[in-house]
Amino acid sequence: MEIILNGNKYNLDGSCSVAALVTELGLDGRKIAVEKNLEIVSRSHYGTEEVQSGDCIEIVNFIGGG
Amino acid sequence: MGMGEDFLVLGGKKFSSRLLVGTGKYRNMGECASAIEESGAEIVTVAVRRAEIAGPQLEDFIDPKKYTFLPNSAGCYMAEEAVRTLKLAREMGGWNMVKLEIIGDRETLLPNMPETLKAAEILAREGFAVMAYSDDDLNMAGRLEDAGCAAVMPLAAPIGSGLGILRPEKLQKIIAQAKIPVLVDAGIGTASDACIAMEMGCAGVLLNTAIAEAKNPVLMARAMRQAVESGRAAHLAGRMKKSAMAAASSPIAGIMN
Repeated sequence: MEIILNGNKYNLDGSCSVAALVTELGLDGRKIAVEKNLEIVSRSHYGTEEVQSGDCIEIVNFIGGG
Repeated sequence: MGMGEDFLVLGGKKFSSRLLVGTGKYRNMGECASAIEESGAEIVTVAVRRAEIAGPQLEDFIDPKKYTFLPNSAGCYMAEEAVRTLKLAREMGGWNMVKLEIIGDRETLLPNMPETLKAAEILAREGFAVMAYSDDDLNMAGRLEDAGCAAVMPLAAPIGSGLGILRPEKLQKIIAQAKIPVLVDAGIGTASDACIAMEMGCAGVLLNTAIAEAKNPVLMARAMRQAVESGRAAHLAGRMKKSAMAAASSPIAGIMN
C-alpha cells in the first residue's frame, strides 16, 4: 500500500501503527512529532494509531535554526 | 536593585540570562554546542523540519534538559502554516513557549505583520507563550501585546544582516510602551549592538548569525554574554546626563599656581 510520507510516496507492506512506521524509518520516537492527515498524533498514541493506505503522514524534528 | 534578583520572566518561567541564541548556521554542531555553552544562554531557538532518516540529531549536541528550546516558525509565510508548525513543535518539546516568525518575502525576510498578528491571536488562545518576531512599529507591538503575546521581538535590522540597531528611536518607543518583555531579535552584528539594545532597556537579545558566522564563534559568544550583562547593568544603573559642555572631574580648589 502507498502513503504520502513527508511529501513523497512511500510503500508499506500493509497497514501498521505509527510506532511501527517510526521504527521502520529508524527514527527516535522521543525526538519527533507526527501528523496524520493534518492531525497531530500524540506520542502516547503511536502504538494504537493506524497508518492506512492513502494517509498523509508528516514526521518532523528539531534542527538548528535562529 | 541588585543584579542577583534580576530575572527575565517569560511564559511564567524565570531566566538568569538575557541572551537568547540560535542554533543555525554553525560550521558543525560541536562548534554550536561550545558557543552556546560559552554564551551562557538558557534559551535556544530551534527550527522544525521534516525528519531526515538516521544521523545525529540536534538533541545529541544541545541537551533539551539543560536548555529551554524555543521552536520557531521560520520559513512560514502564512498564519495557518506557522500555527501548524508550532503545534507540532509543542508536541515534540512538550513545552508551550514558541517564537512566532512569519516572513513576508524571501529577499528581505521582513516580517509579515498581518499574518503574524493573526497567528499570535490563535496561538495565545490555545495556551502558547508567544514570542513574536515583529517589525519595529509601535502600533503593531501594542496589538501583539493585546493579542496576548508573552514577548514582542522587534528586529534591529534584517535577519542575518548584522547591521545593528538601524532605528533606535522606533525601538525606544516600543520599550517605553510595552508591558511585556521587549527583546531585539535579528540584525545584531557584534557585541556593541547587543550592549546598546540592553542599555536602551530591552529585556533581552536574540541572535544567531553574529555568533555563528564570527571567525571565532566561541569567543564571540563570550563577547555577547558580557555585552548583554554590561548593557543590562548600565540600564539598571541609570546613565549620567549628557552635556554639551565640559565638566571637570578634578576639583578646581588647590591647584598649584
